[in-house]
Amino acid sequence: MTMITILEVLITGLLLGGLYALIAVGLSLQYGVARILNISHGEFIMLGALTTWSLYTAFGINPLVSLAVCGPVAFVLGFIIHRTLFKRLLASSASPGVFESNSMLAAFGLMFILQNIALLTWGPEIKGYSYLAVPVHLLGTLFGANRLVTFGVAIVIGVAFYLFLELTRTGKAIRAAAQDPATAGLMGVNINNMLALCFGLGAAMAGIAGMLISMCYPVHAVMGLEYTVIAIIVVVLGGLGSIPGSFIGGFVLGLIGSIVSYFEPGLALVAYYVIFILLLLVRPTGIMGR
Amino acid sequence: MKINRVDFQRMWGPGLIFIILVLLASLSLYASTYTVILVTDILMYVILTLSWVLFSAPTGYISLAPAAFFGVGIYTSAILGSRLPLPIVILAGGLASFCLALLVGALTLRLRGVYFAMFTFGLVELIKYFLLWYEVKFTGTRGRFVVLVDNTTIYYVMLIILVLLLLATYLIRRSRFGLALQSIGQCEEAAAHIGINVNVLKTVVFAISGTFIGAAGAIMATRWTYIDPYIAFNPLFSFMPVLMAIFGGLGQLYGPVLGAAIFAYLEEILITRFPYYYMLIFGVVLIVTILYLPEGLVGLMQRVRRKIAGGQDAVA
Repeated sequence: MTMITILEVLITGLLLGGLYALIAVGLSLQYGVARILNISHGEFIMLGALTTWSLYTAFGINPLVSLAVCGPVAFVLGFIIHRTLFKRLLASSASPGVFESNSMLAAFGLMFILQNIALLTWGPEIKGYSYLAVPVHLLGTLFGANRLVTFGVAIVIGVAFYLFLELTRTGKAIRAAAQDPATAGLMGVNINNMLALCFGLGAAMAGIAGMLISMCYPVHAVMGLEYTVIAIIVVVLGGLGSIPGSFIGGFVLGLIGSIVSYFEPGLALVAYYVIFILLLLVRPTGIMGR
Repeated sequence: MKINRVDFQRMWGPGLIFIILVLLASLSLYASTYTVILVTDILMYVILTLSWVLFSAPTGYISLAPAAFFGVGIYTSAILGSRLPLPIVILAGGLASFCLALLVGALTLRLRGVYFAMFTFGLVELIKYFLLWYEVKFTGTRGRFVVLVDNTTIYYVMLIILVLLLLATYLIRRSRFGLALQSIGQCEEAAAHIGINVNVLKTVVFAISGTFIGAAGAIMATRWTYIDPYIAFNPLFSFMPVLMAIFGGLGQLYGPVLGAAIFAYLEEILITRFPYYYMLIFGVVLIVTILYLPEGLVGLMQRVRRKIAGGQDAVA
């Protein structure tokens, strides 16, 4: 194993990790603030990916431009879903524990609905397109330009979101709602709006991640669950509800994936689940958990 | 009013179950092969759903492990099917799932709420991808063939498993263990404080529920002739029982049975022609149930009955 190979494995892992982190931040937001373990998270990714594919192949629209479509549309969709479905569920649930179970089950229903609407619209075929698939030299190794762009966009969005949470008034309200919804409500935070906002932002990040994924990997209507599972693993790894934790978790999982793939390609997913299960057993609160 | 209803159930409940069982037991005498196959499918889902309910309804732990137990049963059947007689294969399938469930139960004692759901879901995928890797790496082929068994035999084995499961459920519910399970669901700490051995009870009941799912998988595999990890460890077999049980309603034993039967029948008529619409309907029904029918069909029926009776307790 030469130095170059090690470097290659590490960079692959980091590039993958950036994408994982973005997916996980969205889920973490939905679970950490809105207390919804959104099993349908991957379906928003799938919708973003397939929309980008359609726009690119039918109208030749640059995938990076469709970011302006995928993000806002997913946000509005998520916002409406929270305002109609989850808000009602929150009001009718007796305790936070009951709401967590019920909302998880409702998200299952949502997953079936979104996935099958996509199957009816796009069919089950695996799709792909080639965009920016030119090799770039990086520290003596070769990488596709699309991977690097994906990584860059993921990091920019993640950092921008973190700053939004830390520096703005709305961000402060979101953090307050995450800590204690009842008290935040008493302080004048419009809780229902905040929760819907978080759910919408999570969906928007999923939509954007889907757009990025479509640039590098084949996409299809049933790809969602796979990414949901990765997001859940990363979120548990980083600590449920912690945004920096999701980022660290994303990179850790990306690196693990790329290292395991180097030695035994078939075992990458197995490694994810082993880590996930060990983590739940040993430290369910994750790296940055409270 | 309340006492009357109990009397009514006490007289009619067992009688009705007896008549249904007699009808089911003699099914192959008067029904077509198609009906037998259809009813086998329904029974399979009823077994999956009731097994899930056995553990998850009283304790409130949402288990997504059924697909793991089902798959273990399927693989046991595929490996042993050609060498051992059928009853032993099915017992082995149940036993293998029992052991897995015991292990999982013992490992997950600390996990609550969504963590338990995530763990059990991860388990299914872990086994699936490990098997895939193992098959490609060491046997060089993906999947295996399963020894064929005729449809009537499959049907009767399924029926026997269901009767045993009903018996087990009834006995557990009637015993003090049933009450203990419910107290775990209400408040686990309090249950532990009044002297219930929470850990042992949860693990054992979880393992019993896994056993029946494994046995059902072992017999179901013989009908599919070819299986691979994707077929055997399909996460849908984890989601279906949960959704069917919640749709039917967890309050009464017949709720999950009703939910499973309705959806198994819907699947049969819709899945070949409109597979996407079937799953779409599934999702819609699930959300509508959670939003408007928190007690499922059972709750709905009780509400309607109360309306018809128009009695004083209509307020409840």
